[in-house]
Amino acid sequence: MDSALLVHRIHFAFTITFHYLFPQLTMGLAPLIVVLKTLGLRHNDEAYHQAARFWAKIFGINFLLGVVTGIPMEFQFGTNWSHFSRYAGGIIGQTLAMEGMFAFFLESAFLGLFLYGEKRLGPRGHWWSAVAVFLGSWLSGYFIIATDAWMQHPVGYAKAADGSLQLTSFWQLVFNPWAWWQYAHNMSGAVITGSIVMASVGAFYLLWGKFEAHGRIFLRVGVIAGLIFSVLQLFPTGDGQGRMIALNQPVTLAAMEALFVGQSGAPLIILGQPNVADRKIDNPLEVPNALSFLTYREWAANVKGLDSFPQDLWPQNIALLYYSYHIMVGLGTIFIAIMVVAAFLLWRGKLFSTHWMLWILLLALPFPYIANTAGWMTAELGRQPWLVYGLMRTADGYSKLVSAGNGMFTLLGFFGMYTVLGILFLFLVRREIEHGPDSEPFSQPLPAGKL
Amino acid sequence: METLWFMIVAVMVAAYVVLDGFDLGAGAIYLGAGKTSDERRRILRAIGPVWDGNEVWLLSAGGTLYFAFPLLYASSFSGFYLPLMMVLWLLMLRGIGIELRAHLENPVWLGFFDLIFCVSSILLAIFFGAALGNVVRGVPLGADGYFFEPLWTNFRAGANTGILDWYTVLTGVIALVTLTAHGSLYIAVKTENELNQRVRNVAQWAWPVQLVLTIIGLVATIYIRPAVLDNYKQHAIGYLIPVVVFGSLGAMIYAIRKGQDKLAFVSSAIYIIGMLVGAAFALYPVVLPSSSNPAYNLTIYNTAAGHHGLTVGITWWIISLVLALGYFTFLFRMFRGKVRLEGEGY
Repeated sequence: MDSALLVHRIHFAFTITFHYLFPQLTMGLAPLIVVLKTLGLRHNDEAYHQAARFWAKIFGINFLLGVVTGIPMEFQFGTNWSHFSRYAGGIIGQTLAMEGMFAFFLESAFLGLFLYGEKRLGPRGHWWSAVAVFLGSWLSGYFIIATDAWMQHPVGYAKAADGSLQLTSFWQLVFNPWAWWQYAHNMSGAVITGSIVMASVGAFYLLWGKFEAHGRIFLRVGVIAGLIFSVLQLFPTGDGQGRMIALNQPVTLAAMEALFVGQSGAPLIILGQPNVADRKIDNPLEVPNALSFLTYREWAANVKGLDSFPQDLWPQNIALLYYSYHIMVGLGTIFIAIMVVAAFLLWRGKLFSTHWMLWILLLALPFPYIANTAGWMTAELGRQPWLVYGLMRTADGYSKLVSAGNGMFTLLGFFGMYTVLGILFLFLVRREIEHGPDSEPFSQPLPAGKL
Repeated sequence: METLWFMIVAVMVAAYVVLDGFDLGAGAIYLGAGKTSDERRRILRAIGPVWDGNEVWLLSAGGTLYFAFPLLYASSFSGFYLPLMMVLWLLMLRGIGIELRAHLENPVWLGFFDLIFCVSSILLAIFFGAALGNVVRGVPLGADGYFFEPLWTNFRAGANTGILDWYTVLTGVIALVTLTAHGSLYIAVKTENELNQRVRNVAQWAWPVQLVLTIIGLVATIYIRPAVLDNYKQHAIGYLIPVVVFGSLGAMIYAIRKGQDKLAFVSSAIYIIGMLVGAAFALYPVVLPSSSNPAYNLTIYNTAAGHHGLTVGITWWIISLVLALGYFTFLFRMFRGKVRLEGEGY
């Protein structure tokens, strides 16, 4: 592979992967904070407000990291992928500009009020600021998904005289069917991260024997939301997304499943290592006919294998794509199992005293991050070798005049910068968790304009 | 249609410079003007609730530029690769400098983030000025619309230029002085007593420098790119722009002397807008001149996106702008008045 191309690909992959560690928690926590605040208002219970305030602090640190690591993303389309930007900017520029104009302004205007304005706004006004931040972050997510969905499944475009793509239908771009499934699947994944993090901190407090009243609230909200969304993640959103791929990117599906030879009654591989050279799976553990059923709802349906497609249309990194997909699905299944058991214990009133379950919830903390990252890797590796599916290859999209040396220089710069940011983040979040929710009563609202 | 989008992008860039300009300027004077930890907190509280929103104007202006003029975005962002990446790093450092400082009371922690915030603000002001200088001076565009500039070559504004030469360093310094005054006046509006007096003095000292640099900058621009006068010669209305620029400078020093901080701040904002409009007026319809061959100039016509995209864009852009103005009016009203140190935040 051309070394400049490789550097630019790693540049984007590294910065986007690090970036998405933060928005998934922001987008996942935002609705849960609204839930906590609603419960607080409904039951007139100060403990819920204290819980909401605690998560708002975590949210604030997390949001900041999301903002500062997010700025380079939009820029990199121009700096590192200028040929792609010239080719497709007239279309994906729409959704990216709309993200700034609709979502970022909303978020940034209300974030300050949400984090520092509770006294000024009063309980109801502050509830609205939380809703505004929630809407802003979810709207932002939609525009990004619509952008990626267009790259996965281009719609509403025409080729102009100079070879670039031009928008012909705004509504097709915004209501791309691919975007709806991907958005539902992605946002549900974000809420799973939010719920598991919340339940995990709650489990930690109960096991530690401190802040137990708040810990129980975290567990209750986290487990219930976690159960709902880990089921939604599989069906209908994951299923819908999968069939979208089967319909529009059959070669991607074959590579995700490492189905080298097409067959009727295709099996679903649970475990096994793809052996691309010999075109087979080593040490397979499989469920017969299951892939055919999941894809076409028929046990004997014929599923196309990689052998049905010319090799220059295959995703280049089949092994990594296969593992990403299987890690995502495997973890998703485990989350459902954990949440079903935890919710059952919660219903029976035993969750708070069942130590083994609290330990499982505590240790589950990193796994939704891994699952979400693996899911995005599946989407993006699966799109290869295309940058815009069927229209522009990744190898044609990068900035030809930015040399591998210059790209490496800034990539190393980002490594260093993100190491520092990561350490600061962990340090500050650890402090907040150790400090715990404040239990003293909140003083009366100040009159406006007197901070 | 292209002209309309040129104006929209220009307005958004101007909004960014005026808004984020005051918090960049506040950062530039932060270590000098804020003598005690309390004074530094007052400065941070003055910009704390609004800096992030101000910075969104940069992202939105970038997004709008991307969608309206994709080739310009592709060409300039990849050509200015190295300085833009450094701007990104500085924006990151500055963000954490402002937001993470208040998490710990430890003096070492505070000192570290104070330094990061101040230095990154100063460097960003210089970088943005130098960027504008590059756009006015022109870059070595090829026939395919792309270029790549090293950071510097020999600091001469000849054929083989880098990002930094004597002219762009000059525009960088002008930007730093302008934003220092602008930020000082904003902090003056938001504070009282000793700190208020001190930042007003900063603005007063900066004023003669700003005046001299404005004149030098004007002469240097005409020297380096005589074509900037073409639009002025054809449309005499353009001569109103320098009148506004110098008029607002005059109003600034008058208001500073009288202690009318708000008027001084508004004058400074008008000065900044005047300078930017002057540059945009001189360039139009070129958006990135080629230093090697005028035929390679990027203009609004050869870089614009397709007609349908630009047309539907107008509708949602207006809706979103009205919404955004609504949020920010509310936000600035909630945080209006002088800053106090009681209560939540920074």
